[in-house]
Amino acid sequence: MFHLLWLVPAIPFASAALLLIFGPRMSHRMAGFLGCASIGLSALISILITWRFIALPPPGGNYTQYLWTWMNVAGFHPDIALYLDTLSLIMVLVVTFVSFFIHVYSVEYMHGDEGFSRFFGYMNLFVASMVVLLLGNNLLLLYLGWEGVGLCSYLLIGFWYTEPKNSLAARKAFIVTRVGDTAMALGLFLLFDKLGTLTIQPMMHAAQLQWPHGSVYATAAGLLLLGGACGKSAQLPLQTWLPDAMAGPTPTSALIHAATMVTAGVYLIARTHVIFQLAPTAQLAVAVVGAVTLVAAGFAAVTQDDIKRILAYSTVSQIGYMFLGLGVGAWTAAIFHFMTHAFFKALLFLASGMVITSMHHEQNIFKMGGLRKKLPLTYWAFVIGGCSLAGLPLVTAGFYSKGLILWGALSSPVGSTWLWIFGVVGVFMTSLYIFRLIFITFHGECQKEPSHRPGWLMGVPVIVLSTLAIVGGFVELPSYLGNHPWFTNFLQSSLPATIEAHHPLMSELGAEGWAVLAFFLGLGGAWYLFLRHREVPEALAAKGLGRALHRWWYTDWGMDWLYDRLFVRPVGWFSRTNKTDAVDLIYTGTAALTRAGWASLRLTETGRVRWYATALVLGTVIFVLIVALL
Amino acid sequence: MILVWLIAIPLVAGVIAGFVARRSQLASRLISLLAMVVGFVISVWLWAANYSHISLLTQRQWLAEFNVPWISSFGIRFHLAMDGMSLLLVTLTFLLGIASVMISWREIHDGVGFFHFNLLWVIAGIVAVFLAMDLFLFYFSWELMLIPMYFLIAIWGHERRVYAAVKFFLFTQLSGLLMLVAILTLYFAHHAATGVYTFEYSQLIGTPLAPHTAMLVMLGFFAAFAVKLPMFPFHTWLPDAHTEAPTAGSVVLAGLLLKTGAYGLLRFVLPLFPRAAHEFAPIAIALAIAGILYGALLAYGQTDLKRLVAYTSVSHLGFVLLGIFIGTPLAIAGAFITIIAHGISTGTMFMLVGMVQERTHTREMDRLGGLWQTAPRLSGSGVFFVLASIGLPGLGDFVGEFLVLLGTYRVSPMVAAFATVGVLCSTFYGLKFVARAFHGPNTNKWKLPDLSGREIALVGAMMVVLLWLGLYPQPVLNTFKPTAQRLEQVVHGPGMGYRR
Repeated sequence: MFHLLWLVPAIPFASAALLLIFGPRMSHRMAGFLGCASIGLSALISILITWRFIALPPPGGNYTQYLWTWMNVAGFHPDIALYLDTLSLIMVLVVTFVSFFIHVYSVEYMHGDEGFSRFFGYMNLFVASMVVLLLGNNLLLLYLGWEGVGLCSYLLIGFWYTEPKNSLAARKAFIVTRVGDTAMALGLFLLFDKLGTLTIQPMMHAAQLQWPHGSVYATAAGLLLLGGACGKSAQLPLQTWLPDAMAGPTPTSALIHAATMVTAGVYLIARTHVIFQLAPTAQLAVAVVGAVTLVAAGFAAVTQDDIKRILAYSTVSQIGYMFLGLGVGAWTAAIFHFMTHAFFKALLFLASGMVITSMHHEQNIFKMGGLRKKLPLTYWAFVIGGCSLAGLPLVTAGFYSKGLILWGALSSPVGSTWLWIFGVVGVFMTSLYIFRLIFITFHGECQKEPSHRPGWLMGVPVIVLSTLAIVGGFVELPSYLGNHPWFTNFLQSSLPATIEAHHPLMSELGAEGWAVLAFFLGLGGAWYLFLRHREVPEALAAKGLGRALHRWWYTDWGMDWLYDRLFVRPVGWFSRTNKTDAVDLIYTGTAALTRAGWASLRLTETGRVRWYATALVLGTVIFVLIVALL
Repeated sequence: MILVWLIAIPLVAGVIAGFVARRSQLASRLISLLAMVVGFVISVWLWAANYSHISLLTQRQWLAEFNVPWISSFGIRFHLAMDGMSLLLVTLTFLLGIASVMISWREIHDGVGFFHFNLLWVIAGIVAVFLAMDLFLFYFSWELMLIPMYFLIAIWGHERRVYAAVKFFLFTQLSGLLMLVAILTLYFAHHAATGVYTFEYSQLIGTPLAPHTAMLVMLGFFAAFAVKLPMFPFHTWLPDAHTEAPTAGSVVLAGLLLKTGAYGLLRFVLPLFPRAAHEFAPIAIALAIAGILYGALLAYGQTDLKRLVAYTSVSHLGFVLLGIFIGTPLAIAGAFITIIAHGISTGTMFMLVGMVQERTHTREMDRLGGLWQTAPRLSGSGVFFVLASIGLPGLGDFVGEFLVLLGTYRVSPMVAAFATVGVLCSTFYGLKFVARAFHGPNTNKWKLPDLSGREIALVGAMMVVLLWLGLYPQPVLNTFKPTAQRLEQVVHGPGMGYRR
């Protein structure tokens, strides 16, 4: 069964190639079928492999499928080989499964679009690259997938390329993530230089053997990899690209910019967790980046008025939670949150896509309202997704995964109360912004009639994901609910257990109580501010400090402005002013001097004998003088 | 003898194609194409026949050799020899030769015969440069490729063709003369030491030279190769020449002529003057980094598509220079892969720009935009080669640049960091190219024919080669290996104290 593993990326690659080459000649029906069927097949194979893995785990808890040697030169020999363990298995399963439903949804969403087959080509290429990223047994192959998904992200953000705004957003996404990739590449060089291989498992072994705890190399490598992760996963200070990435079609936002690609950074850190364990400074940096990002993005989310931008900031914030989990050593909790987040955030985006299509591509929530009755399925999808996102106690998936991270932040030996407080504040902000969105969009007065109700191709994926957003959390029940950590146990063979040091002040249940309180405070706040008394927030944001703060948060703490001044403009200015290449002046200058010399000498050639005679005499006199004087 | 054929076929076919064009232009094109295909087939055949034992070649030096006296009184011999490196470069030459003939099929209408004569003679010159093992013959070939190239630019070029051609000629000629002086100095120094007058490569290796003299002679060679490469700050002939040349000229320039500079460094500068090269390395590395960053930023500033692509060459060849002077096995292998991959990717970029220009009669970004709507295949191919150029993993350029960077990191993490930023900067110009040419609204209402069958075949073949280089470069690396090992022995030989 395991030897079918290579098909999981190969099928989408093949169908992407078919769609991109022959797509223009295919009927939409054919292209849609090919696009969905390939991902469906991949998902089916991953399910079979998972089933086999659980029933009869491979020896050592992992399986490597060697395909061919990529290159072999001077001691550097990365393979094209796939490595399957429980971590990559879970990720591949979630990615292919969620991708399949998003593809099905897209058939209806993209119906009639000029670039229908191109869309599915890019999406399939994305899934293939993402699977390579997850299964690559060495960091170079992972990097191939990493850049591949970045490329697809770029292509899909700029999918409607005739709009210069989209093209700009696409370029921004590519360049900002590539800033992170530059750091990551340096990390790769360092790891290879010191450890002699890029194959992940031997490399981790070598690191454990060669590097002492707190080693400088481990810290440097960890920080460089973190740089890459920050770019791809849109964490501070490289988060600025993700909100603009919403220019892409909504299924793209759901798949790439919420459920899968943006969590690649989380996977990278989990995959190389040994290095972070050896480097407490780097690990702390991960936690701090996560904690700060999750709160900062929460503030940005609460001020947005574009439905997709709210969700985008929400994604940034939720990945902040995953980073927080990784940073405090709650490895499995972070992966758990990745899974539940994939369900509920994909759900929210798909539901927002339903809203957008039925509102004639209106995205401003203040121009909507009262949609509860008109779009009941969408409404309930939003309620379920929103509750799961904010963590409605006991019945939603998000509650369990977030709870685990928060408890890790508090109880782990590398955690701290501060990090936990950030996490709880984040819960409050999450609850506030998501219910603000729901109340404004679906409650209140109806401002604009929806044109139609979405069909079953969009409905079924939303129903499936709604179910998963609820039941997806029951695979891991905390100690106060019977203590059934199935998910953690499953991941045990690839990720170390979270070390729980009992916190002196609080029990797990007590800590959870604070998070629940934060959730209800946020919900109540949203109800009061955005349903009952909408004039209050308007008044607050209208003048003085409130206005300034609103503006500051609305622009995501002004970071775009800052980067524009610091980097974009200087580079642009240099390239524009130096368009003609200042170095060439040396050569054109030499040429001009020669020409000037020729021109001035030419003046002496007048054809007048008097001049020649004078020059002759003068020359002789000067010559004689020189000789005499010397 | 087969090596003589490789040079003679394009020379003879060039003459025939030149004369036959008066009767039939088509015949002239077909003869040229046939010559290129035959050359390509011969080189691929040589490769396939020797592949199994190529990596065992360390003892027996050459794959094939041809050695007869030419001007005996001066010790000049007609000595051609081929090893893995020259085999690959010759193969690349004929591949791009085929492309150049095909891309000119519709573009060149005037002086078809003389055009193909020049084109084929340039190719012959390049092949001779890659095969010559007698320094006099080498210099002779070096000049042989210069003059037809001058005509290609000056006659069939665009608006400022004469300026560009003269500039190209002056730069190459002046630096070439420095090399001639260096060759002659070496020739006499060898005579002084051994009493033998010879231009033979294998004998001149190890000629004892005073360190100061060695440095000067090395710089003479280096000047010629650095200008061809081109190295910052001697790069300014390149944007003009590439931009003004006809498409085939740009393909040959970027794909092959620049590579002769890199080849010269690998074949002559490092083995002949290992110590001087080692001492000079810090300066060369600094200039390589400057070229990588400066070229990328200047490419970003351009609004002429062809000029943009031209500046990217300055940046990419910076990686080649960096890899060669870093000198670790990884870096040298990376430099070589970059040589090949850049030839394919940038060569094809010039073809695609040529296709855009042929259809729209402009290369200005401000007048283009939105081409995807009307010519999706052309635009999609453009995106593909832009991605190769900005180092997308899975395509050839990435392998080369990654190996160079990996090798560089061993020697100096700081230099590697700067060069990696250069890769980042490549994203700026690459995405600008796509955004301004293919994306955006089609404001000028272009209605263009998409790629023809001939063009699809050409571009598609190049795509396959790039994917192959990106996903399984091992055959190229294996073929290059003996050369690299020999280079390593010389460079890292006893007493050299070269880096690890």
